[in-house]
Amino acid sequence: MSTPTLDKHSAALDAAESTAAQKITVTFRIRRFNPEVSADAQWQDFQLELDPKERVLDGLHKIKWEQDGTLTFRRSCAHGICGSDAMRINGKNRLACKTLIKDINPEKPITVEAIKGLTVLKDLVVDMEPFFQAYRDVMPFLITKDTNEPTRERLQSAEDRERFDDTTKCILCAACTSSCPVFWNDGQYFGPAAIVNAHRFIFDSRDEAGEQRLEILNDKDGVWRCRTTFNCTDACPRGIEVTKAIQEVKRALITRRF
Amino acid sequence: MKIHKYDTVIVGAGGAGMRAAIEATKRSRTAVLTKLYPTRSHTGAAQGGMAAALANVEEDNWEWHTFDTIKGGDYLVDQDAAEILAKEAIDSVLDLEKMGLPFNRTPNGTIDQRRFGGHSRNHGEAPVRRSCYASDRTGHMILQTLYQNCVKEGVEFFNEFYVLDLLLNDVDGVKKSAGVVAYELATGEIHVFQAKSIIFASGGTGKFFKVTSNAHTLTGDGQAAAWRRGLPLEDMEFFQFHPTGIWRMGILLTEGARGEGGILRNKDGERFMEKYAPVMKDLASRDVVSRSIYTEIREGRGCGPEGDHVYLDLTHLPPEQLDAKLPDITEFARTYLGIEPYTDPIPIQPTAHYAMGGIPTNVEGEVLADNTTVVPGLYAAGEVACVSVHGANRLGTNSLLDINVFGRRAGIAAAEYAHKNEFVELPEDPAKQVQDQVERLRDSNGTESVVALRTELQECMDANVMVFRTEQTIKTAVEKIGELRERYLNVSVQDKGKRFNTDLLEAIELGNLLDLAEVMAVSALARKESRGGHYREDYPNRDDVNFMRHTMAYREVGADGKESIRLDYKPVVQTRYQPMERKY
Repeated sequence: MSTPTLDKHSAALDAAESTAAQKITVTFRIRRFNPEVSADAQWQDFQLELDPKERVLDGLHKIKWEQDGTLTFRRSCAHGICGSDAMRINGKNRLACKTLIKDINPEKPITVEAIKGLTVLKDLVVDMEPFFQAYRDVMPFLITKDTNEPTRERLQSAEDRERFDDTTKCILCAACTSSCPVFWNDGQYFGPAAIVNAHRFIFDSRDEAGEQRLEILNDKDGVWRCRTTFNCTDACPRGIEVTKAIQEVKRALITRRF
Repeated sequence: MKIHKYDTVIVGAGGAGMRAAIEATKRSRTAVLTKLYPTRSHTGAAQGGMAAALANVEEDNWEWHTFDTIKGGDYLVDQDAAEILAKEAIDSVLDLEKMGLPFNRTPNGTIDQRRFGGHSRNHGEAPVRRSCYASDRTGHMILQTLYQNCVKEGVEFFNEFYVLDLLLNDVDGVKKSAGVVAYELATGEIHVFQAKSIIFASGGTGKFFKVTSNAHTLTGDGQAAAWRRGLPLEDMEFFQFHPTGIWRMGILLTEGARGEGGILRNKDGERFMEKYAPVMKDLASRDVVSRSIYTEIREGRGCGPEGDHVYLDLTHLPPEQLDAKLPDITEFARTYLGIEPYTDPIPIQPTAHYAMGGIPTNVEGEVLADNTTVVPGLYAAGEVACVSVHGANRLGTNSLLDINVFGRRAGIAAAEYAHKNEFVELPEDPAKQVQDQVERLRDSNGTESVVALRTELQECMDANVMVFRTEQTIKTAVEKIGELRERYLNVSVQDKGKRFNTDLLEAIELGNLLDLAEVMAVSALARKESRGGHYREDYPNRDDVNFMRHTMAYREVGADGKESIRLDYKPVVQTRYQPMERKY
């Protein structure tokens, strides 16, 4: 039998395992919009009881289920992997399911509004089509010239695989793109997410269409619009170094090496 | 109401749906209808890998994989289907690599592989490295890669179109599929899609449990649509509880964590799996590990103030290994529990994870109307379907495999069927059932709330038909579900609008969950044995004499309009493997 190794508990583990209820009252201040009811958006406050360890998404559900069934938002997996519930929480783009109440100062009202730069359709739901169109425009799929399909997998060194690891994490939640001031002011800009997904292929050693993708991003609405504000990097719920990826694409455009 | 016409219509845009779409779009005019945006599906939450006997890192072959799958499913697996799964696994992985999937690599550049529960060398000798993986986000990478290739192939998607009904029509006495009816979430409009062939790939139904790894949107929509149109559901009593969900939240922590060397421990720090599975230990099959965890908890060796969980211990693994191989799940522990998995063990409990049962199909993905009769033009693949490659318990990494192998097969078969056949006439007033359903819910002034009924359902299911079941607990569940179904007739929604009415959507989803929960409980009550994920404390042994057979449940409506469930059985396909006692 193996030796017990868990005789000491950290304070963090004790806190995680605590079953003592510690509900607090918080205020959610939500930007409501429903063109079926009114042409104008307005802020609405809701008071509710939550455990500080609960997620903002839990709060939204609580409101929808117990107070106002008309409150509308997208969500699915509820743990930061499906990318449905990007929203602006206290002025910052985050996933509602990855933001815990205790991490955002519940003393003050928690503001929740739709992400910016995309048309709001109802409450926290925006039109995602322009976002996905920009994604489709960068040819987000592996392109190889060789028409003879290999019978085994292509070889790729662990280093070559590592080169584009960071940008494979993207979940297309639009938190980055809708945090970008350039995107807010000019809907034509591809936006960070599309560039991240181009990066994922440009730096994949198996892909052979890097030049084509670079030309697409060399467009006036391409990477040169980026003003390096780092909003996108701060917003990414997957911890992707978005600004760095954009800079690497810019550098590849100059050196034509990738 | 709008009417659309396509050769092939695919319902669902997860792994199975998009894998099918890639094939079907090349061969026929295809539309994909999805309740969510394509990359939102729960395939993306799968972590640990996809099994295939590539033998890149050690000796392996597909026959061993076939055996493990059949043994893992406690011999309820249809052996011809398992053989196809294991054989075609190899090409499925290679196809994904060719499509661009960034698998982790070995030092010589081939696809890397790791250990996973129930996968063994030479029929159970020792764990084998069979799982092809991309860090701990293999499902995410599969979903992204398939979507990328759908973009490449120009697949036509109808996003946020929720399919509520399946249209069947009699042609010369044969029940054929004619189309589906969908509700457009953005506008509230109802659309009829007439199609020569239809593939259901709409995923699982885990949301009838409270502690589950499943997304909020996994509400058995496809199964329920087929069920209400009189098609059977197979083996619904078999539901998998994944051993390592985050305590109370149910969020999945991959079995790959144990594949990388993680250990389950009780409150005394004991590696308790050594007692229950001396060879495979922490990598025994999921049903075995989940029962072991609950046995520890019941016998007072659980952790925490209420002794209601155990630990997944990764603290002996080097931080570099955790960062490279398990970055997402270690981040889940940090985000949701506030602990550091380098130094703290992670509190876990079994979490409702996967429906082994579903819409019965043959190995071409064709849906069955009974034990043998195919419904022409109707297909199903992925978790919504029951082929049955998972039998009574699915092995880890076999579901990402299933969606690729049988998604591809269904896509090809459906498109070829569409080529050879004409449209089946739509039934009269095709959208009526959906219109009535939507209007009734939207206009109702009933006094029951969706959340109250759903919460009661989930609590009832967790308490009565989870890892351990008895005749008494299952009867309690059947009775409670019956009561909830009665009360559901009096449910109302607050949102009366047409635009993005997710309040209405949740009410419809609840109706599906209630129907399927009842099928599950009734099927479980009749299976007086223990096999795989279905464990009856009052019948703790497997009974091959009476129950080596699939359950087939049918919805019956009497002359008085009263619904009931009729159970029938279907033989298991056995080829070369004789049932043996299952030990790990």
